[in-house]
Amino acid sequence: MAATLGITYWAARRSRGASAYFAAGRQIRAWQNGFAVAGDFMSAASFLGLIGLIALQGMDGILYSVGGFVAFVTILLLMAEPLRNLGKYTMGDVLAYRFNPRPVRALAAFSTMTSATFYMIAQMVGGGALVNLLFADSGITYNMAVAGVGTLMLVYVVFGGMLATTWVQIIKAMLLSVCGIVLTLLVLHRFHFHLLDLFAAASQITYHQNGHLIVRDFLQPGLHYHLPLGPVDLLSLSLMYVFGTAGLPHVLVKFYTVPDAKTARHSVVWAMFVIGGFYVLATLIGLAAAIELGPDSILAVGGTNMAGPRLAQALGGDLFLAFVSAVAFATILAVVAGLMISASTSFAHDFWTNVVHRGRERAQGESVLVARISAVGVGLLSMLIATRLGPASNVIILATFGMVVAASANFPALALSIYWRRFNTAGAVAGITAGLLGSLALIVASPNLMGVDPISATGGRHLIQAPPLFPFENVGIVSVPLGFLAAIVATLLSREPAAEEKYDELLVRANTGLGAEQATGH
Amino acid sequence: MSKSAETDPARTTQDYAAIAASKPFRHLLGVKKTFIIPAFLIFLVHYFALAVLVGYAPKLASTRVIGTVTIGYLFALSQFFVGWVIAALYLLAASKFDALTTDILSQEDQHPGEQ
Repeated sequence: MAATLGITYWAARRSRGASAYFAAGRQIRAWQNGFAVAGDFMSAASFLGLIGLIALQGMDGILYSVGGFVAFVTILLLMAEPLRNLGKYTMGDVLAYRFNPRPVRALAAFSTMTSATFYMIAQMVGGGALVNLLFADSGITYNMAVAGVGTLMLVYVVFGGMLATTWVQIIKAMLLSVCGIVLTLLVLHRFHFHLLDLFAAASQITYHQNGHLIVRDFLQPGLHYHLPLGPVDLLSLSLMYVFGTAGLPHVLVKFYTVPDAKTARHSVVWAMFVIGGFYVLATLIGLAAAIELGPDSILAVGGTNMAGPRLAQALGGDLFLAFVSAVAFATILAVVAGLMISASTSFAHDFWTNVVHRGRERAQGESVLVARISAVGVGLLSMLIATRLGPASNVIILATFGMVVAASANFPALALSIYWRRFNTAGAVAGITAGLLGSLALIVASPNLMGVDPISATGGRHLIQAPPLFPFENVGIVSVPLGFLAAIVATLLSREPAAEEKYDELLVRANTGLGAEQATGH
Repeated sequence: MSKSAETDPARTTQDYAAIAASKPFRHLLGVKKTFIIPAFLIFLVHYFALAVLVGYAPKLASTRVIGTVTIGYLFALSQFFVGWVIAALYLLAASKFDALTTDILSQEDQHPGEQ
């Protein structure tokens, strides 16, 4: 336990010093920004949630691993370079470039904060479940753990670490990669470095389902998603991943601030290697957790989120568990910091300064104060919801809620404003509103939150005890087209010549970096 | 935050319209589209094929190829490799975008707004 705290403290110290070094005027390099993007993206969901999901659902869980990676192809081909060249700082800035700024900024601030809140909830659940596991004998309940972890993080982010983000993410992405590699080596060592033996063991996993002992092949699909509705759910999942990450504000922000388009492009490719490498290893680690611990034990002790740390303990002993836990905490802390900054910047900059005060310059202290207050607000709300959900909720599923909001509300508005001349204020307003409300309503009506549990069910009860109103767990198949459709229909029903006139300027700047170029000293 | 200035003081809307209509700029957009649109479509088809294979053809996806390794698992792994290959090809193609962009920018520096 002392080692856990020690490593977390060391990582935090190290981050502070290095960020001051960066602030001294060094420009960020592509590999550094690539690791930072990977750091921003790979949260407790990637580390704790994904491994647990694969350990429980085998091949069906592996689809989440693929989805998290492929999302970056969309970012690489469609989003990174235009966003960097437009030289803006929030999603609201990009939209306000062509459109009536007040309504689009207000809505962008709300959808940014909504997707950040879902991501935060996932981090809080992950942190709470981890403390709960580590201090299982000390009487600390999960709710106390969430409150403790959440408060610590709020204090750290609000009073200290606001500035130290990029280097925090770089170090954290490196620690996470090392952790994944060591864990994989321990897994391979367990199978005497015969990979096929691992797959052979994964093809015969024995566990209980509905009271019967069954044997299943975890490399075959169908453990979770099966006919008739399963395939539609999988398509829905894929649709969310393709567009969701490309609409996540805390990931996109990393492209607004690199020196040029080339750096933006190369940093996505770096991120794709870091994230892809980790996710390929995660499939092996998840399968190994299914073999070593077994689904029964995973559900009984700590829940799916704790499969990775428990596998680390089984293969590497208590010291390695301490290391893995420290890395998990560093991951959660770094992602919470990134989320808080993107949510509170958006609120202070887009909503407070530009909407409430119509863009009049405010005292420096006031916007920082508003940013801090909104960070605390988002943090407290996330903690509250995390305690209601309980430790059994898989954190990658929770993170997908934030991602589906991003895919349905943020991505259509962002992409159409860059690629469609005719797109206008009415379209952006309608698209964000329909995508945001549609995805929120469907998440609530989906089997994730609604369901009837038998009285005897232990852990993981549904929040709303009623039959689900929407049949699919992944709501993107309806909410993403809804966001696009609303944006397109509202645009076609209205005319805004000013927005169309401004498109030439956006097109030239997005493709050449003209206008943004001078600021970086060319 | 000088970069976030809403308008570029050095150029008017007409200047930008002139660049947007210019031959070199149309050429740059054309070159970009010939790479990006097919690459994105190939990526989408390959990626959604995974959900279709696993969802609608679970028997085929469950077929063992090497030891107990299934077609489904191998096809999932192929997503990573195709992603990396698209990224590498894009880096190659983008060096041409950069060269064309540099031409447009240097011409713009010499004769602002007259292309």
